[in-house]
Amino acid sequence: MNIDNIKKEFPIFNNKVHNNDLVYLDSANSSQKPLVVVDRIYDFYTKEFSNVGRSVHYLAVAATNLYENTRNSVQKYINAKDRNEIVFTKGATEAINLVANTFGQKYLKEGDEVLLTELEHHSNYVPWHYLRKSKGVKIEFADVNDNGEVTIESIEKKITPKTKIIAVTHLSNVTGAILPIKEITQLAHSKNIPVLVDGCQGAPHLRLDMQDLDCDFYAISCHKMYGPTGLGILYAKKKWLEELPPYQGGGGMIGEVKKDSITYGDLPNKYEAGTMQTAQVIAFDESIKFLSKIGIDNIMKHENELINYANEILRKNNSVKVIGNPRKKGGVISFTIDGIHPHDIATILDEDGVAIRAGHHCCQILHDKLGLPATARASLGVYNTKDDIDQLNSSINKCKKIFE
Amino acid sequence: MNLKELYQEIILDHGKNPRNLRKTDNFNKDAKGYNPLCGDKVHVYLKLNESKKVEDISFEGQGCAISMASASIMTDLVRGKEEREVKEIVNDFLEMIKEKDKLNNKILEDDEKTKLMCLSGVKNYPMRVKCATLSWHTLTSAINNSQAEINSEND
Repeated sequence: MNIDNIKKEFPIFNNKVHNNDLVYLDSANSSQKPLVVVDRIYDFYTKEFSNVGRSVHYLAVAATNLYENTRNSVQKYINAKDRNEIVFTKGATEAINLVANTFGQKYLKEGDEVLLTELEHHSNYVPWHYLRKSKGVKIEFADVNDNGEVTIESIEKKITPKTKIIAVTHLSNVTGAILPIKEITQLAHSKNIPVLVDGCQGAPHLRLDMQDLDCDFYAISCHKMYGPTGLGILYAKKKWLEELPPYQGGGGMIGEVKKDSITYGDLPNKYEAGTMQTAQVIAFDESIKFLSKIGIDNIMKHENELINYANEILRKNNSVKVIGNPRKKGGVISFTIDGIHPHDIATILDEDGVAIRAGHHCCQILHDKLGLPATARASLGVYNTKDDIDQLNSSINKCKKIFE
Repeated sequence: MNLKELYQEIILDHGKNPRNLRKTDNFNKDAKGYNPLCGDKVHVYLKLNESKKVEDISFEGQGCAISMASASIMTDLVRGKEEREVKEIVNDFLEMIKEKDKLNNKILEDDEKTKLMCLSGVKNYPMRVKCATLSWHTLTSAINNSQAEINSEND
């Protein structure tokens, strides 16, 4: 598959936005969907639909096999040791809530510390905040430096004998900084602290190897990986899924149910209560095939070239201020323009068909630190080109003209 | 969609140089407003005299051109008005932004209405309506002495 022609795989680019070609620079928010994924959802509902794991009829068996097949594909794609380490959730948010809730319930008590970073998305802060409220757990934040990155040193500085879990992002959705996860897990494990990685931005853009990263938990958002909405994945080492209590109760996750006692099902069913996102899981297999066909190394090379180009172009543009300058950077670039609020930038860019995000990107802790209420953010997907960056730059110049 | 309609000269002017962007001395009513989606914040201060006339009104805050211009124009227009007149102007403005073609109140002069109608361009940008209305909802809250912070998501 030629990466230069990849846009053709995404039907959305056949449509115009305000009579302009769509320049989609909001993939950190959610990625567009290749036709194969959309078709798979349609085909499943029109030809193969049934609930999974319950009935013995033909359709149910076939659907169950398809559903479980995606688990195998995910296991392979992220190089997990065991297929039962893959739990489907409604999103990365639910994946993190699952860990915070069950881990907190079993292992955390008043005065224990959860170590996050100042780069975290609200979805990797708010679930831990609940434990602060319910159990008196303390939350610490490793500092972000002027480059917009969190170093291993700043993590180490905040680890105390009370640190019971470290939860960090793989790739910042604001500065694009890529965190040294492997070093973090090595450091944490040397002190017997488990590590959760918020992989929302990492999973679509970086090589995933759970056994190499050695993290204890890794949360994935499928809709940012060219997959359907309503689906996330929690990777967790088997020992944790065995040790931790179940999260939601309901059908499908039980062993035996009596009036006076209940046992829970085996992995991975223990964490998949109720009717799951069957069509989404089955269609997500196509997203993985799509990514695998292009090859993650090609994706990383392409996106790296583009983000370097964007960095160069935007930094050359007077009055544009790029937020942070991490040494290892993914396909995210946040910026401000002197005298123009990010929301005005976003509205003006939209008129040209350029879709970016403006606001605090669910990272208020970081924006408070930066002293900015909001920033504008362009984020890349596999379908972006240099032309997209050029259009971004020329639309930014149009903003400046309007606000002259 | 028309950017020129949204970013009219008067909006850009008030956005860049907001009037009454300060804190009223000895204010006797105030309220805060917040838009959690974009982080826009506004704090409106009012000083009503004994006959319930707006002796001074000011605001502090940060936000986009639309929200700053809206707060700036609002504070300019309600100064000197009686409390019940302020309420009427606020309601009229909010109805206009939501659905009506024009302002119907009989309090503002024609040129004042023309100025206020400059904000009507926001109607074509549903995601931006809250930018224009935040300070107005906050003014209502200040008048009603409501302690609750106005949250644009709870409209």
